Amino acid sequence: MTNSQTPSYSIESNNLSIHYGNFTAVKGVNMKIEKQKITAIIGPSGCGKSTLLRAFNRMNDFVPNCRITGDLLLHGENLYGKNIDPVEVRRKIGMVFQKPNPFPKSIYENIAWGARINGFKGDMDELVEQSLRGAALWDEVKDKLHQSAYALSGGQQQRLCIARAIAIQPEIILMDEPASALDPISTLRIEELMQELKRNYTIIIVTHNMQQAARASDYTAMMMIDDARAGGVIEFDETKTIFTRPKDRRTEDYVTGRFG
Amino acid sequence: MNPHDHFPEGSDFHASLRTRYRTAAIWQFLFLSALLTAILALTALLYNVVDGAFGYIAYEYKDNPAEFTSTPVDELTKEELLIILKTNLSSGAYNKLDNEQPMEKRSQADLMNLFLERLVRIDTKGTWSLTESMLRGAEIRAEAAEKYPNAILEFRSWLTPQFLVAPMSSRAEFAGVRTAVLGSLWLVGIAIFFALPIGTGAAIYLQEYAPKNWLTSLIQTNINNLAGVPSIVYGMLGLAVFVRTLEPLTSGAMFGVTDSNGRTILSAGLTMGILVLPLIIINAQEAIKAVPDSLRLAAFGVGATRWQTVWHHVLPNALPGILTGSILAISRALGETAPLIVVGASTFISLDPEGPFSKFTALPIQIYQWTTRAQSEFHAIAAAAIIVLLILLLTLNASAILLRNRHQVRR
Repeated sequence: MTNSQTPSYSIESNNLSIHYGNFTAVKGVNMKIEKQKITAIIGPSGCGKSTLLRAFNRMNDFVPNCRITGDLLLHGENLYGKNIDPVEVRRKIGMVFQKPNPFPKSIYENIAWGARINGFKGDMDELVEQSLRGAALWDEVKDKLHQSAYALSGGQQQRLCIARAIAIQPEIILMDEPASALDPISTLRIEELMQELKRNYTIIIVTHNMQQAARASDYTAMMMIDDARAGGVIEFDETKTIFTRPKDRRTEDYVTGRFG
Repeated sequence: MNPHDHFPEGSDFHASLRTRYRTAAIWQFLFLSALLTAILALTALLYNVVDGAFGYIAYEYKDNPAEFTSTPVDELTKEELLIILKTNLSSGAYNKLDNEQPMEKRSQADLMNLFLERLVRIDTKGTWSLTESMLRGAEIRAEAAEKYPNAILEFRSWLTPQFLVAPMSSRAEFAGVRTAVLGSLWLVGIAIFFALPIGTGAAIYLQEYAPKNWLTSLIQTNINNLAGVPSIVYGMLGLAVFVRTLEPLTSGAMFGVTDSNGRTILSAGLTMGILVLPLIIINAQEAIKAVPDSLRLAAFGVGATRWQTVWHHVLPNALPGILTGSILAISRALGETAPLIVVGASTFISLDPEGPFSKFTALPIQIYQWTTRAQSEFHAIAAAAIIVLLILLLTLNASAILLRNRHQVRR
């Protein structure tokens, strides 16, 4: 592994742990996420994948009693530093959730709202079109921009949520099992879209679906809980390596479907 | 142990099954009886009210209308009535009436009432309930003819359009609920004007901002308990705080109103506001809780602050629920009587309330006053006023239900 100052790293965690009160949910995570690559986080249910992902844009701030120790560095700056505003973190690190959650507003407003509250001063129509094109949704919705987003199908809603996330020009997009509520065809479209998006964005995705991790990601982090029920990253490597020559026995058992 | 041996089989099983069905039937019957009792109670209530509001009335004219005019009473025009009133009322009485509302601008029905009330002077001899009137019509007619040979016997609905718009009067036949309805509307308006923003604000703070610790749960418990505090206690609070301590404010003295004390619409409205405040907070909290968290996370996820999330997403989605709760709070305030008595509702007032510093009465107060009168005709108009109050309440509750349903369909 190379030095942390190497510019190809976007975000980096040093001994990052997440606690709920006295309980440690995620323990000692050391990861260096490559820029403009897709990093998948896999592991059995309850191992803290989503908790870890939410730590990246400080969504855990909303969970009462949630505490973070260790460092999480974006370009060398600690995201949990005293002078860092979580709103600014979320502006730079966008998020797509497990279930599509568009605002109960028009398609146009879903995109425009985030830009507007962040003080966007450019041409809003253009931004909306660009974002929808970026999420491969433009052709399907260009004639009904002012209809409710709830009228879209689940897959379309999830791509709208991706468009909403990229509209505010983040560096990193976090995806929390973005396809788990979708059918296989919609899932495939999301995966294709991710390949498009990684040209401009760094993507971190949590997934239950090992084929999805194998197909779509460049790097994979394998998480597992230890005896104290704290989750941790037991292996982090190129996806190819994880799925063909894993170093850890537990990873091998998991990716080959022997358990989990 | 083989579990198979311990289950009843064959006839044993059927016997136990019969017992089970019998127990079920008994319980079902008990539940049905409970429902029927409830329906019976409500029907009795409605029957009682309607029974009083319609029925025969026997009345006499103290002075014969023919002494004032040759035209039959039913055919008098507005102009004729004006002349009759002007010539026969004392000038003091006429001017007083004219001051309350210019005589020329009054309606024919209004003038007719004045004519009957002040000059002919109707004297009610007896009233009968709806049931009596329907079942014993012939007997009543015979009885009236015998006891009051000069009386006119009429079937009368006490609930008339005139009843809705006529002001208070010392004579039941001419009294109406206008002052009371207007007083009630003023009260409820002031109560909601203060309680809705404060209640919604408190609910937003509790749901969206307040940390979850022992202090907030203590506050929460107290709000829930306050919703159940007897309304008379709020009346005492209103008397001590609004009527007495804040008298310069509530009497309007600070705004140059001189002829009033603290027992004003404003005092009573504020008391009602405090009374419904816990209800509004609790309802608004429920409405805010019902806004899915995924929506908040979506907003935070695109870099919204707490305030932007609340203002743009939580509040608009909670608004129908908050309004439904407020409507229910309004209907609670509309029916409250005890605190108004303590705060000092006027028992007799024939002038419309003009502003927050007026004296006032309210529908439930009016009903209470009328039911305590000895004369039976007052009981009849009390029943009519109850119908007015019930219709108002039902309309409000129905609109709350409509609002809620429409919101649910849209989701």
